[in-house]
Amino acid sequence: MHTKTLTEISRGLQAGDYSSQELTESYLKRIKQHTALNSFITVTEDLAIAQAKQADAMLAAGNAPVLTGVPIAHKDIFCTQGIKTSCGSKMLDNFIAPYNATVIEKFNQAGAISLGKLNMDEFAMGSSNETSFYGTVYNPWAENTVAGGSSGGSAAAVAARLISGATGTDTGGSIRQPAALCGITGLKPTYGRVSRFGMIAYASSLDQGGTMTQTAADSALMLQTMAGFDTKDSTSAEQDVPDYSANLNNSLQGLKIGLPKEFFDDSLNAEMATAIETAINEYKKMGAEIIEVSMPNLKLAIPAYYVIAPAECSANLSRMDGVRFGHRCDNPEDLNDLYIRSRGEGFGTEVKRRILVGTYALSAGYYDAYYIKAQKIRRLISNDFTEALKTVDVIMGPVTPTPAFGIGEKTKDPIEMYLADIYTIAVNLAGLPAMSVPAGFIDNKPIGLQIIGNYFDEAKLLNVAHQYQQVTDWHQQTPQGFE
Amino acid sequence: MQWETVIGLEIHAQLATNTKIFSGASTAYGAEPNTQACAVDLGLPGVLPVLNQEVVRMAVKFGMAIEAEVADTSVFARKNYFYPDLPKGYQISQMDHPIVGLGHLDIEVAGETKRVGVTRAHLEEDAGKSLHENFADSTGIDLNRAGTPLLEIVSEPDMRSAKEAVAYMRKIHELVQYLDICDGNMQEGSFRCDVNISLRPQGQTEYGTRAELKNINSFKFVEKAIYGEVERQKEILEAGGSIVQETRLYDADKDETRSMRSKEEANDYRYFPDPDLLPVYISPELRAAVKADLPELPDTKKQRFIQDYHLDNETAYKLASSKELANYFETVVKQSNCEAKLCSNWVTVELLGALNKSNLSIQESPIAAPRFAELLKRIADETISGKIAKQVFEFMWNSADSADDIIEKQGLKQITDSGAIEAIIDKIIADNPAQVEQYLSGKDKVFGFFVGQTMKQSQGKANPAEVNKILKAKLKR
Amino acid sequence: MSLTTDDVNQIAYLARLGIDHQDTSSYTQNLSDMLELVAQMQAVNTENIEPMAHPLDNIQRLRPDIITETNQRDAFQTIAPQVEDKLYLVPKVID
Repeated sequence: MHTKTLTEISRGLQAGDYSSQELTESYLKRIKQHTALNSFITVTEDLAIAQAKQADAMLAAGNAPVLTGVPIAHKDIFCTQGIKTSCGSKMLDNFIAPYNATVIEKFNQAGAISLGKLNMDEFAMGSSNETSFYGTVYNPWAENTVAGGSSGGSAAAVAARLISGATGTDTGGSIRQPAALCGITGLKPTYGRVSRFGMIAYASSLDQGGTMTQTAADSALMLQTMAGFDTKDSTSAEQDVPDYSANLNNSLQGLKIGLPKEFFDDSLNAEMATAIETAINEYKKMGAEIIEVSMPNLKLAIPAYYVIAPAECSANLSRMDGVRFGHRCDNPEDLNDLYIRSRGEGFGTEVKRRILVGTYALSAGYYDAYYIKAQKIRRLISNDFTEALKTVDVIMGPVTPTPAFGIGEKTKDPIEMYLADIYTIAVNLAGLPAMSVPAGFIDNKPIGLQIIGNYFDEAKLLNVAHQYQQVTDWHQQTPQGFE
Repeated sequence: MQWETVIGLEIHAQLATNTKIFSGASTAYGAEPNTQACAVDLGLPGVLPVLNQEVVRMAVKFGMAIEAEVADTSVFARKNYFYPDLPKGYQISQMDHPIVGLGHLDIEVAGETKRVGVTRAHLEEDAGKSLHENFADSTGIDLNRAGTPLLEIVSEPDMRSAKEAVAYMRKIHELVQYLDICDGNMQEGSFRCDVNISLRPQGQTEYGTRAELKNINSFKFVEKAIYGEVERQKEILEAGGSIVQETRLYDADKDETRSMRSKEEANDYRYFPDPDLLPVYISPELRAAVKADLPELPDTKKQRFIQDYHLDNETAYKLASSKELANYFETVVKQSNCEAKLCSNWVTVELLGALNKSNLSIQESPIAAPRFAELLKRIADETISGKIAKQVFEFMWNSADSADDIIEKQGLKQITDSGAIEAIIDKIIADNPAQVEQYLSGKDKVFGFFVGQTMKQSQGKANPAEVNKILKAKLKR
Repeated sequence: MSLTTDDVNQIAYLARLGIDHQDTSSYTQNLSDMLELVAQMQAVNTENIEPMAHPLDNIQRLRPDIITETNQRDAFQTIAPQVEDKLYLVPKVID
C-alpha cells in the first residue's frame, strides 16, 4: 500500500478499498522497521489509531473530506497540543505544546491522520539535518548521505514511503533542498499563503509552511487544506484559495519559462547543468517557450539572508529563557546565570552562531551597515524577480549545486554549507512560491528541478510540475530497500 | 551661579481597552496572578501578535487632541532586552515611525499660559510585574499586565520648574480621561511618569547632562522628586563636579532619588521592525470617524465657559478640567435656571469643598446634579437664603431627600412676609433703646447689630433684603 | 571584518548566551567568516533604495477589541520549570 501516492490513497479510502486503520497500522509498522533513518522525533501511535478509527467512521458515513484517513506527519516545528514539539532542540525537548498550530488544526479538521513529528535541523537552522538535537536524518537513497534540511525528516520519510505526505517549512530552501536531495516533490508557497500561527519562528519574514509529497497532485491536495487566511496571523494573506487540483491538466503550450543566466553560469556543476537541461527539453516538447532572463543581484541573496535571518532569529529565540517553558539550567546562581546557562545548554552550535551574528548585526553602530543594507539588497533581489516575471510565467533552474553530500562533509565549514543554498534563498527574500520536482539522478542520487512562480500563483506551479510528472517517472522511483 | 532647570516628561498611559494590545486576553485590573496571561502574552513558541483596533483609534484620538501630526503609516519595532517580566525577550514598541508625531499642549502656571511641545506619542505593550517580597531567594512573576496597551507620550524639554512639570502632567492626565482613552488611575499604575531633568547655567543654550527619574506615580511625588533632584544636581555642579547620565529611582519614603545600579550597564536595545506585524495604516475614514467623535476639549470648553457664562478664567479652567465636572456644572445651570455665576460658586466652593474633604470624585458625589440644581433654584426664587442653603446642602449630603423636602421638614423657608418681619423688628427696637439712640446719633455700624438680631430671632429665615428695607424705614434718622 | 574573542564574549552576553570557554575562538572564526561573507553587500550601491522589511506589500489588519481568551493558567503552568503560588519563579532580582 505504501507505494501509492497520497492521491491514490485518498481515492482508495473514499472507495472503501481499505480502511484508514489498516493503512495507518501498515505505515506505523514501516516506521518501526525503518527507525534507522531517524526521520521521526516522536511517533504518536495511539493517537494515530484513534484518529484512524474516527476517520473510518466518517468515511462510512459518507461525504468525508478528501484527506480523511490519509496518514501524514508533521515537521516538529508545528505546535501539536498535548504532544512534544521540540523544533529539533534540546531547548524544547520537554515542551508539550498547549495548543495546535493553525496548520495542524486544519489537517485535523480535514480528517488527516498524524503519525507523528518529523526530525529537523534545530530551529530549522541548517541544510543537512545535522544540527538536530535528535541526530542526523539519513538519506534513504545513499548510505551515509544527508537528507538535506532543515525539513530532512519530512523528506526522508516521504522518500522512504513511511508516510504519504508531510508538512515542512522553508525559510531559505528548507522544503525544496531536502525534497531535491531525497527525490520527492516539495512546495514552498507564497509568503502569507499558509498561516504561521503555531509554527515556531526562525525568521518571521521568510518562514513559510508547505508540502512534501511524492507528486504535484498530492501537493495540490495538501495545500488545499493548509492554505488560507488566519485571523491569528497578521502576516497571512486575505486572499481567496483557488482549487489547486482544477488546473493540473492544463496544457503547457505557449508557457513561457525563464532561465536566469546567473543560475547557469560556470559555477554550475556540469552534470547538474545537463540534468536541468534535459528537464527543460521535456518542457520544450510540451510546447513551452524558453526565454533567458537576468537576475543581476542574485549573488547577493546569501549575504543578505545571513543578516536578515539571524537578526530576526536573534529576537525570535529570546523567549527561550528558561522561565515559562523549555530547558532550564540546574541551580541558577542569579538571573543572568539562569539566562546564560539555560540558553547556553539548550541551544546547539549552529543556532548560537546565528543568534550571535544577528545580535551583532542589530547592535548599535552596525544596524545601518548590516540590517538596513540587507533590507535594501532584499528589495533589489525582489525587483529582479518582479522584472523577470513580467516576461515569463515561471522561472526554472536547479535547486542545489550538487546531489546529496556525505554526512559530516560540510559541518566543519559552515560557510560552505551556506553557499550551497544559492539557488533557493533568493525566493524567500522575495516571498515567492517555488517547487522542487524530481528531475533525475546523478551518481544514483536524486536531484531536483526548481520552478519559481509569481505571487499566489501556486496553481500554475502545480500545473507545470504535474505536466512534467505526466511525461517523466523520476517521482515514482523508490530507493532500494524501501520498495 | 544661576541655574536653569530643564525638564522633559515621558508619560505612560494605559489605554482603556477591554483586551491587550496584541491578544484577546482581558486587561481588567486585580485578577488572580497569571489568569489573564494568554499564550501570546506569555510569549509561548509559535504564537503571533494581532493588533487591537481600539488601541489605534485611541492613539489617533490623542494625536488629534494635541493637534499633532498623525502618521499615515506607523511601524512596530522590537526593543530587545532580557528581563523576567518581559516574556518574549523583546518589547513590541515603536521607534522610527511612531503613530503620533509633533504636537503641543497649553498649561497654566501662576496665571500665565505656556505652550509645551509633545515630541511624539507611540504605542507599546506593558510588561508584567515582578513580586520581590513573597519569597526568600526568588522573585515571582505575574504576567497579567504583560501586553496591556500603553501610549507613551514624550514631551519636549520645555518645562523649567517642578510646577510646570506638574501642570503639564495634570493636563495630560485630564486630557486622556477627557478622551476616554485612559482611566487615569495612578494607584493602579494606569498613568505613570518618567522625568528627565538637567541643569544649565542661566543663558546657556546647550542642555546639560540629564538624569532620568523612573516610574513616579503621583503628582506630589513628581514635584518632590524634581525638587530633590534639582538640589542634588546643583550641589554636584557647584562643587565643580559633573552629572552622570543615569536612571534614578525616587524613594517616596525617604524623599530622595538613588541610582538604579542594576540598570547602569549600557543597554543596546537593537530595535528593528517587527516582522510579525505589518505597517499600520490610518485611513482617511478612520481619521474622519475619530474627528467626529472628538469631544469638546478642555481649552475650548474653558473659552466657552468664559464667553457664555461670564466666568473668570480661573473658575472656568477649574470647571473645564474634568469632563464630568463640566457636565455637572452645565446640568446645574440648565436645570436650576440660576445665574451661572451662582452655580459656579456653589459647585466650585461648596460642592468641591465637600467632595475634597470626603476624598470623593465628582462621579461619586452623594448629590447628583439634578438634585443640586433644585437647591440652587430655591436660592434663586428666594425660598431660602444663601446661608440657609448651606444648611440644606448639609442635610442633602447626608440623605437622599430633595431640597424642598428638607426645607419643608426643617421649616427653613425664608420669611418674606413683611408683616412678620416687622413684628420681630418692632420688638427688637423696643427692647434695645440704647442701640437705637446710638444709631440715631450717627453710629452707622450699629445697623449691623439690628440685622443680626433680626436674623437671630427669625432663626436665619428672614429675607435679608426685606429686613434691610424695613429696618431702614423704622430707624429713619 | 574580523572580530576578537572579546567582541564575541560581549555579543554573547548581550544575547545571554552561554558559550564554552574552549569554543570561543571557533565562534570568533565562524562569526568573522560570516561577516566577511556578508561584507559583499557593501560593494553594491543601494542609494535611494527603499529597505524591504517584509515580502507582503500590505498593511496591518486590526482585531476587534473583544475578549477571546479564557484563563488557561493551569495548563500553561504545567510546562513551566518553576512555579509557586501561581507565579513563575526566577532567582531573586535586585533593582
